[in-house]
Amino acid sequence: MVSSSSRAIEIAPGIHWVGAFDSDLRSFDLILRTANGTSYNAYTVRGETGVAVIDTVKESFAGDFFARLESVCNYGEITTVVVNHLEPDHSGALPELLRRAPQAEVCLSIRAPLMLKALLRSAETMPRGFRTVTTGDSVDLGGRTLAFLHTPYLHWPDTQCTYLGELGILFSGDVFGCHFCDPRLFNDRVGDFRFSFEYYYGHIMRPFRTHVAKALDLIEPLDLSIVAPAHGPVLRHGPRDYIKRYRELATARLINEAGGEKTLLVFYLSAYGNTRRMADAVRAGAETVDGLRVSLYDLEGVEPSSFVDLIEEADGFALGSPTINGDGVKPVWDLLSSLTAIGVTGKLGAAFGSYGWSGEAVEMIEHRLRGLKFRVPVSGLKVKLAPTDAELTQCRDFGRQLAETLTRPVSLND
Amino acid sequence: MPKAKVTFADVDVTLTVPAGTRLIEVSEKVGAGITYGCREGECATCLTKVVSGAEHLAAPSVLEDQVLKDSFAPRGHRLACQAQVLGGEIVVKPA
Repeated sequence: MVSSSSRAIEIAPGIHWVGAFDSDLRSFDLILRTANGTSYNAYTVRGETGVAVIDTVKESFAGDFFARLESVCNYGEITTVVVNHLEPDHSGALPELLRRAPQAEVCLSIRAPLMLKALLRSAETMPRGFRTVTTGDSVDLGGRTLAFLHTPYLHWPDTQCTYLGELGILFSGDVFGCHFCDPRLFNDRVGDFRFSFEYYYGHIMRPFRTHVAKALDLIEPLDLSIVAPAHGPVLRHGPRDYIKRYRELATARLINEAGGEKTLLVFYLSAYGNTRRMADAVRAGAETVDGLRVSLYDLEGVEPSSFVDLIEEADGFALGSPTINGDGVKPVWDLLSSLTAIGVTGKLGAAFGSYGWSGEAVEMIEHRLRGLKFRVPVSGLKVKLAPTDAELTQCRDFGRQLAETLTRPVSLND
Repeated sequence: MPKAKVTFADVDVTLTVPAGTRLIEVSEKVGAGITYGCREGECATCLTKVVSGAEHLAAPSVLEDQVLKDSFAPRGHRLACQAQVLGGEIVVKPA
């Protein structure tokens, strides 16, 4: 499919957008919705001795891409293909590009070759010349130098950014991108797209907040006139505003509120008050340990997804659920399924709950916590129906153990 | 039991651990930036640069060696989910 306007768009002297507009897309990667589609942004950089192609497009839009590419260069002129990110919406036309420009050297991050091999499906089709690049490496195109920034996990292990220093253009990959489709292309021409920018960060970049912060350390010092992401508008008006916004979004927000203490959240659901009594005791036990702030919340009172922000900033959380029909109750799973939107690796997780007959919920929650990459150093606590005084003492001990685990130096036993 | 001193350079944390410990057993606990996928030596997500002390790690298994080769990993890189410390001082950071 080739759109009616298959000309490249110049974004700076000798630098062209050669991507594709996908205005019909309403769901991206099953997890993102779009209001007007998206764009797959690819670019060319012309130097005195060669042309670089930076990223490609989704395979079904290869016709648009090649038509635009052919409007600015011959395949024989292409000396470099930069792959900032190998996800299929950016690499769909890569195999065909490599067939048309087999002389080109492919530059990709140190984490990318395994994925490139899978993409090209066999070792025989690996490009003859490819090299892994990282921060400090560059390609000279003759008067135009592409410098690489190692920025992994934004949002795949392979992601990197490419910087054209002579013109201050950052080809950022998915970073600073959004699913917003407008052929006017530039941020000063497409109107207000902030909703899409923030939504994209929240669903794509937020789980990798610590990696975003590291990438910003590399990006912020650069002289920038344009940020050219792999989706959405090209940011030529106030590009630094978008970088500043990323820094705000990637920075922990509760440093002052927590006052330097560790934080433990205790959530519970309770049909007859038994799991609630356990939760109260868990909190009481945890509060006996200095240096920890404990907060108790009833999941029944608020939409579970509302607690995602709290968990993102907390050091650990304990989740209390009764067992109903051999399972934890739905709000528990709703909360846990919401946590893929944030980074939780290494946080402390724990489970407890009262049960009537079989009591499966605690183990099921622990299993899910481990799957989400929480550490679960304290075994879960189950109580049959109403907790006795002795069992409430166990709950207090459970809370104290959680608190001590959070406040002491890391141990191999955790 | 012999001990090893492992430094995760990206977070500047050093731990003393028993010989035989795999990097995966401690890196997440100290908040190091090494990220894991399959945790079984197949996906190469946890590719890690050994800054120094590579000789103090057990030699890679046939499986790890093959995955490193398939990943075109540069010299001095290991999979953190597989690499076991033997002793001495080792410095690693995410690839």
